[in-house]
Amino acid sequence: MCCVSRLPPKAEVFPERPPCGQPKGSTRTGARVKQQRPVTVTGGRLVLPGEVRAGALRFAEGRIVALGDIAAEDGDEIVAARGRLIAPGLVDYGVFAVDKPAFHFGGITRAALMPDQRPPLDLPSRVSYIAKSGKPDFWVHPLAAATQGLAGEALAELALMREAGARGAATGRRWIADSGVMLRLLRYAAMLDLVVVCHAEDAGLTGEAVATAGEMATRMGLSAAPAEAEALAIARDLALAELASAAVHFRQVTTAAGLALVRAAKARGLAVTCGVTPAHIHLSDLAIGDFRSFARLSPPLRAEDDRQAVLEAIADGTIDVIASGHDPRGPEDKRLPFADAAPGMAGAEVLLATTLGLVRDGVIAMPRAFGLLAANPARLLGVQAGVLAEGSEADIALIDPERPWIVDARKMAATAGNTPFDGQPMQGRVEALWKGGVAVLAA
Amino acid sequence: MTTRPDTSPSARFPAGRLAFPHRDLTGIGRLARHEILFLLAEAQQWVEFSRQASKHADLLAGLTVINAFFENSTRTLLSFEIAGKRLGADVVNMHAATSSVKKGETLIDTAITLNAMRADAIVIRHASSGATQLIADKVDCPVLNAGDGQHEHPTQALLDALALRAALGGVEDFTGLAVTICGDVLHSRVARSNLLCLQALGATVRLCAPPALMPAGIEAMGAEVFHDFDAALAGADVVMMLRLQQERMSGQFIPSPREYHHLYGLTRKRLALAAPQALVMHPGPMNRGVEIDSDVADMLERSIITRQVEMGVAIRMACLDVLTRGRRGVEGWA
Repeated sequence: MCCVSRLPPKAEVFPERPPCGQPKGSTRTGARVKQQRPVTVTGGRLVLPGEVRAGALRFAEGRIVALGDIAAEDGDEIVAARGRLIAPGLVDYGVFAVDKPAFHFGGITRAALMPDQRPPLDLPSRVSYIAKSGKPDFWVHPLAAATQGLAGEALAELALMREAGARGAATGRRWIADSGVMLRLLRYAAMLDLVVVCHAEDAGLTGEAVATAGEMATRMGLSAAPAEAEALAIARDLALAELASAAVHFRQVTTAAGLALVRAAKARGLAVTCGVTPAHIHLSDLAIGDFRSFARLSPPLRAEDDRQAVLEAIADGTIDVIASGHDPRGPEDKRLPFADAAPGMAGAEVLLATTLGLVRDGVIAMPRAFGLLAANPARLLGVQAGVLAEGSEADIALIDPERPWIVDARKMAATAGNTPFDGQPMQGRVEALWKGGVAVLAA
Repeated sequence: MTTRPDTSPSARFPAGRLAFPHRDLTGIGRLARHEILFLLAEAQQWVEFSRQASKHADLLAGLTVINAFFENSTRTLLSFEIAGKRLGADVVNMHAATSSVKKGETLIDTAITLNAMRADAIVIRHASSGATQLIADKVDCPVLNAGDGQHEHPTQALLDALALRAALGGVEDFTGLAVTICGDVLHSRVARSNLLCLQALGATVRLCAPPALMPAGIEAMGAEVFHDFDAALAGADVVMMLRLQQERMSGQFIPSPREYHHLYGLTRKRLALAAPQALVMHPGPMNRGVEIDSDVADMLERSIITRQVEMGVAIRMACLDVLTRGRRGVEGWA
């Protein structure tokens, strides 16, 4: 391959965030590669695409072999679910770090990794390396950098990266400002049948802003950009995607105007999907009060009206995916004045509980919650996962949806505790997790 | 406008710490009206004190005050230094260039270092909004905000209130007073602190700036918003001009200083639109010929710009005195 010479030795490729880590405070039975013995989880409530039904689930040799009104067979290891949820492992679409302990804590068995690594995932070798980095107990599905160095100028080798395991092409943390580049990208990705994952903030309008323009940012004296920066970016990308007949996924849509554009585009039959993270579902820009840098996010937290619009869009199906946007950041990035701090939150551990909160609040039903957390992201990635079905990989979470716990930034499984939910009570915890039939969190 | 009752501060405010129960002075937004009035009352004695030939008190003798300025400043730094020295404190100035401290852990590390040197009060100026609060959370001594980014500059608002009170003949508060603040409101911490302070003291505040220099949603803070300076001036009792903060601007906000002066410069002719005898203020440094004409800035009977500077020292003396009472063991404050 022509560009091998540009690659540093393997050991130096991802020096800052080692892909493996040992979980803290969780029981783990070791990273065995293969399931040794069939397992039957009995007496649970199966979370299926259209319903939640009492039943059992049996898996052997890493795959689901039976589910429903079934009994354990001789020699099976039996796990009594005692009425808890038997759900598919979560598929987290759009994370920034491979942080296994946090993902396992949150019931996540697969994640789509954003290309914003150091160096960025813009070469096939980097993609194939990172695609294997989580196995066997966690699967990473890399999203290729759409442009070289994520600079938004020259297209990256998308076809070769697809061969190497990339499951989409992402613009990264930034919007591609040049419409000509964006159109060429969309046309090329459409030819390759790759979804283009977009960051929706008009860069010219956003500038150096760290907050959404409004009373809160003004009181705090923070540089701010109007929320309309999102709708502007989405409008342009939708127009170009339609022109290119490309599939686009807006990783985070956080404003009423942006969601209205996506809703209308879906109604017109465009291949558009979108997601959101727990922060924009549950928090408004009031959370940046006291200059808490854990609430410094990209896009920034919005006004309460926009948060309500996000809830509506989750309820009516406009939003397809809820993802953690997991981006653990240590004190060197976060213990700074608000505007100087890096954006991002460690979200993997609260993804499930915050989404279950939507079920409790009556915004969505339980099957839809797992559609948002598992089935839809798996479909976007083109992987057979995210749904409990015979023959599927045994990625299974045993969940107590009522179990209360409190988020404590100092005691997180993640490599850093930068969560704007610090100190908040949550309900819903993963009690056991299997990846490919192997227990990664023991019951 | 009510006239000030002739009573001493001690009689009009709660005893001891109850009069000012804050360890730090990070912003006017955290103060109640009576706490603002308390600081103004305390400052009054230092106005007269500073007019004496010998102006040295030993109130803060033995205490170390560190002025940690992470952003360039001449006037505010000098004012805090003089205030500390007049009270007898050992004043040390730490003048860190913005570029070297904006990155990484350095700000927190600096705070921890200052704390380890057993400072008794730390005065902070920093280019980032919220930086003072961040430092205050990490140290054990009182922290005074001398300007943080575009957030607050509380001692400026207090000194403006003190200067205004004196110019208006010793009124207690500003009920019924219309104050027009014109200029680069977007980038101005002075505008935010003054808006909060003047409103707390009963004034009506009008803000005037071109749309690009007016922050979104500031009406929600109770200000009347204007883009037409003439309209904003009509009948105003006080006109406070702000400087264009070119150093904080990324991108072009106005076509040229000449055009800005055409629309927003305070000229004699414009001043005539305000109330008769309306007062002129400016937090300095002034760009003469841009936001304010020299003949307006120098109008003896109307401009209180130099009085603002004088009051600055008194206010800072009062703040240093009040905030260190706890550690000095003043009765009722420990």
